Amino acid sequence: MSVNVNVKQQDAQKIGGELPKAKLQGSDVFIQSLQNEGVDMIFGYPGGAVLPLYDALYKNPIPHILARHEQGAIHAAEGYARVSGKTGVVIATSGPGATNLVTGIADAMMDSLPLVIFTGQVASAVIGTDAFQEADIVGITQPITKHNYQVKNVEDLPRIIHEAFHIASTGRPGPVLVDIPKNISNDVFPTAEIKVTELNLPGYQPTTSPNFLQIQKVGQALQRSQKPLILAGAGVLHGKASKELVEFIEKTGVPVTNTLLGLGTIPGDHPQFLGMAGMHGTYSANMAICEADLLINIGARFDDRLTGNLEHFAPNATVVHIDIDPAEIGKNVDTAIPIVGDAKEAIQSLLKLEIQKLSIDSWTASLAKMKSDYPLNYSNVSKKLLPQEVIELVHRHTNGDAIVTTDVGQHQMWAAQFYRFNHPDNWVTSGGLGTMGFGFPAAIGAQIAKPNETVVAFTGDGGFQMTLQELSLLQESQLPVKVIILNNQCLGMVRQWQQTFYDERYSESLLPSQPDFVKLAEAYDIEGYKVENYEDADELFKKVFASNKPALIDCRVEQMENVYPMVAPGKGLHEMIGVKG
Amino acid sequence: MKRVITTTVINQSGVLNRVTGLLMKRQFNIESITVGHTEKTGISKMTFVVHVEDQRKLEQLLKQLQKQIDVLKVNDITDKAIVTRELALIKVLSPPGVRSEITSIIEPFRATVIDMSKNVITVQVTGDPEKIEAFIDLLRPYGIKELTRTGATAFVRENQKAPAQQLSIL
Repeated sequence: MSVNVNVKQQDAQKIGGELPKAKLQGSDVFIQSLQNEGVDMIFGYPGGAVLPLYDALYKNPIPHILARHEQGAIHAAEGYARVSGKTGVVIATSGPGATNLVTGIADAMMDSLPLVIFTGQVASAVIGTDAFQEADIVGITQPITKHNYQVKNVEDLPRIIHEAFHIASTGRPGPVLVDIPKNISNDVFPTAEIKVTELNLPGYQPTTSPNFLQIQKVGQALQRSQKPLILAGAGVLHGKASKELVEFIEKTGVPVTNTLLGLGTIPGDHPQFLGMAGMHGTYSANMAICEADLLINIGARFDDRLTGNLEHFAPNATVVHIDIDPAEIGKNVDTAIPIVGDAKEAIQSLLKLEIQKLSIDSWTASLAKMKSDYPLNYSNVSKKLLPQEVIELVHRHTNGDAIVTTDVGQHQMWAAQFYRFNHPDNWVTSGGLGTMGFGFPAAIGAQIAKPNETVVAFTGDGGFQMTLQELSLLQESQLPVKVIILNNQCLGMVRQWQQTFYDERYSESLLPSQPDFVKLAEAYDIEGYKVENYEDADELFKKVFASNKPALIDCRVEQMENVYPMVAPGKGLHEMIGVKG
Repeated sequence: MKRVITTTVINQSGVLNRVTGLLMKRQFNIESITVGHTEKTGISKMTFVVHVEDQRKLEQLLKQLQKQIDVLKVNDITDKAIVTRELALIKVLSPPGVRSEITSIIEPFRATVIDMSKNVITVQVTGDPEKIEAFIDLLRPYGIKELTRTGATAFVRENQKAPAQQLSIL
């Protein structure tokens, strides 16, 4: 963003020049407050209204990643937050800098990712005058943030920053935006030191401890149940409760399914795991939901892509819903036993109940039969490289241990279906908002958080072209991210829906003209490859995953391949199409 | 169904916007909304009258309001013993020929004339919304030139007859 030189700023600089050294300015307070919160990585992009903040950062450095677009910065922060469990920190300037963050903020809100976003704002005196690079970002982001602030006085800055980090990272995590007018960054702080203020948020007291009476009801329901099922969502990951979950299901023998975002809560090859449920879920998972007499939802929000038509969702089940956000309970599905609380505390309480292995052998046997009779599958008719084959190859070459990121669409669903995760917090995908262009920058953030892990960004040829400018960061920051483009020369999911529901009228969904991705990689000084068949891909992955350098691989895959099985929109989970035995 | 909901909020800038924005985002229809200071500094009270389709929608509304950081307390007081008051200002055409007739309507409603010109009088009336409705209906045949209403504000009565059923906020 270009630099704004206005009268206010010159005034501020004049005042700034006359300051005795011991006095802190708002910008110094900002940096110190970040340090107090333990911030060790910032994703950002400078501009006029944040010049004072960047100047303070220059004098008092915190590691900072300079993305090439604000959207790249915030998606990287999301990836960082998802795999590290820490709060992602983003800085952007006023006006366009701030509005470029909007997609990422909405994405983080939908997928409950803890972010604190700092935006510059024009000076207080000119707010509301349509000043240069002014945008009402607090108004714009109100419905897509957990909370937001505009700083009115420099004295409030430490308190607001402390509250912002607390709100973002506790309860149900989410993005918090702090808008800092330029004059606040230049203003002199009244005292020479910052006192860390005690939190005073009477309107924000998230319930983390579940009600034990309710937990006991779950115990009784389990004892009575013939066909119990656990649905584990991202809340289990946010609550770091995967270990407890696995312990609980092994103790009781209850089968488990996942939401898209819950993948990784339980190892992908666990015998009690039925796979992902929902629109492109497995046959066994969806049928288990249809047949279950007790459905225990832990940390999922009964999203429409999971439930399908609500009328036919879990028709036989008593529903238990454990969620840290009370507003999610009863929102979409009537709940018999609501439990507000943290997933980890809830599962720990469940573990304290006197429950032994349940006698549900006929249920688990019938599910196991479904799982083996109707597995996820694909068949290679055209003999071209199939996207599913690429995912399975990557799975094999990374032993299921990689951190995997995706955008939204066909490649996302195939990755969810065929990359079976061994560990929690290795899966970074844009679930709720479904953001194209998310996966690649998110992989950058994930790699920064976990420098020694293998990070794979699966993207489509469409989505990758939305944020590919961040290729600059791979060489610059020495990030060995492997970018794997499942290139079907079309917007695959759009094309699939047009094929299925719009009589093959492929309106604006084909991308026959594309850049040479290999040359593009070379332009950014990283290794680029193109593969068109299985053997070459196998050979190449062997080499690429043995290397600690970044790579971009253009996998030319079959264009007409579709994601199956599928629950068509408006249909119930029992009406799956494309199930093959 | 029509519900009367009160919320106690921290009086931060933008809190009204936050609450009405939330109602808009979740597609709730506000009939009226009033805001004002309370006996505590920095704390304001809002009273909404909203239309909701069913019990589930209502529960969502209460929970979503409660989720706001600046919202301290949310109550659905519809089914409690409450006192509700609203104020309306009405300009009604009153040529000399019908003026005394209009005055005779005003009196039993304990409304007051607060301004008068040659052919128009301005009437102020307070009371619960139903009373105000009835009053407006009676004046309408004479020709209402302008009308403005504050929306309802409400208190729960000190003495409740029987424990009223209230939705619990989980």
